[in-house]
Amino acid sequence: MKIVLTSEKCQGHGRCYSLAPDLFDADDLGNAVVLVTGDLDADQLERATLAAKNCPEYAIEIGA
Amino acid sequence: MDKTPVTDFATDFDHTDPAWVADPYPIMADLRERCPIAHSDRYGGMWVPVLHKDVQAIANDTEHFTSRTVVIGPGRPGELAPPAPIGVAPPISSDPPFHSIARRLLLPAFAPKPVQNLEGFTQDLCRSLLDAMGDADVVNASFDYAQHIPVGLIAKMVGLPPEDGDLFRGFVHDILEAVDLPGEERMERFQPVDEYLSKVIEDHMVNPKDDLTSFLLDAEILGNKLEPHHVFGTMVLLVVAGIDTTWSAIGSSIWHLAQHPDDLARLVAEPELLPTAIEEFLRAYAPVSMARLVKDDFEFEGCPMKKDDWILLGFPAANRDPAFFDRADEVLIDREENRHAAFGLGIHRCLGSNLARMEMTIALQEFITRFPKFELADPQAVTFSQGQVRGPRNLPIRILERA
Repeated sequence: MKIVLTSEKCQGHGRCYSLAPDLFDADDLGNAVVLVTGDLDADQLERATLAAKNCPEYAIEIGA
Repeated sequence: MDKTPVTDFATDFDHTDPAWVADPYPIMADLRERCPIAHSDRYGGMWVPVLHKDVQAIANDTEHFTSRTVVIGPGRPGELAPPAPIGVAPPISSDPPFHSIARRLLLPAFAPKPVQNLEGFTQDLCRSLLDAMGDADVVNASFDYAQHIPVGLIAKMVGLPPEDGDLFRGFVHDILEAVDLPGEERMERFQPVDEYLSKVIEDHMVNPKDDLTSFLLDAEILGNKLEPHHVFGTMVLLVVAGIDTTWSAIGSSIWHLAQHPDDLARLVAEPELLPTAIEEFLRAYAPVSMARLVKDDFEFEGCPMKKDDWILLGFPAANRDPAFFDRADEVLIDREENRHAAFGLGIHRCLGSNLARMEMTIALQEFITRFPKFELADPQAVTFSQGQVRGPRNLPIRILERA
């Protein structure tokens, strides 16, 4: 499973990089950047899912 | 101005009615059952969505709804509201495509890293406010604490003399809370703000500093310096939007903890839970409702909206919608899944959200470290602000234990 970020939906709420700073970072404007683009291990998957479930704009999905 | 008490919020809504100011949540719940978009002829005509899905749809629909005026005034905006896309206080009052240009200019100053650099300043400020309380049994967590934190931060970032705090706090009050005054009187109230900020700008033109005022004076859009009214409007925005909002969020969090000793004890014992708790306080006690104007006659969810009708875009109502949140009216400080809309939704997401969260985190951390047990000194004495920013104003707290 991988992180799929739809950047056009991201408005820079910053929930993902606060909850999972090893998986997401902020760019200079505060919008999300994905740090781990490959397959996630079990621990990463759990935190990526938490980040996705806290995004107010539904910009993050966890997909195959 | 009609100040008849509201008897039915579904058809005669007023966000300055004492019943709404005192406790809006049961009213929102009732409206969700019966409407779910309330209407009012007050303020020249207003619609009030209370479902998350409707708030989300309107926040994302810049084609039918304009942001050119985001604070509801005494009547239809008419000529008083400057035209889109720039508006009076860019970028909050701007529509696409200008909006993203004005916003992009400011975003880097409010991104996580520059905000992180202000943590030490914020911690020192909080500690000095707590020190100043001495060993008083009863302290005012609003007027002696929460209020001063965003004032200190905004003064530092914008480059205003810190000793002017009381002065510009007064301006903010006049702009945000005096919404039920006649138009001319509101314009008069704006005069001192105009004079004060014009002086700050003149001073920065002569003596540039490392702050946002000098940054704005120096900034360019497509090779041109910003129009003077853009610089001025953005400074108004920073001062107005950055103060009552965060003051309210810190105050509401302390107000909650003062009434929920279990939550307070748990946060003292498990400080790592604080970020999760803060998101829940933001959800449950979201301070800010924005406004939109209907661009042209348009039917939305069966409501016949007319050009220049107001929309009260209630993020607090969206955050309490049981169709969107489990146990929406309960405050669960360990709520893990929390897609709340306290900072808005869509392109106008609060520019200062990173700053606000940092201020809340440090303010609460310092307060509960210093005072691990406290309660409301007089629940009846607690008052709330009126208007589109909601939070406790008078907030006397009895200290039961101090570090």
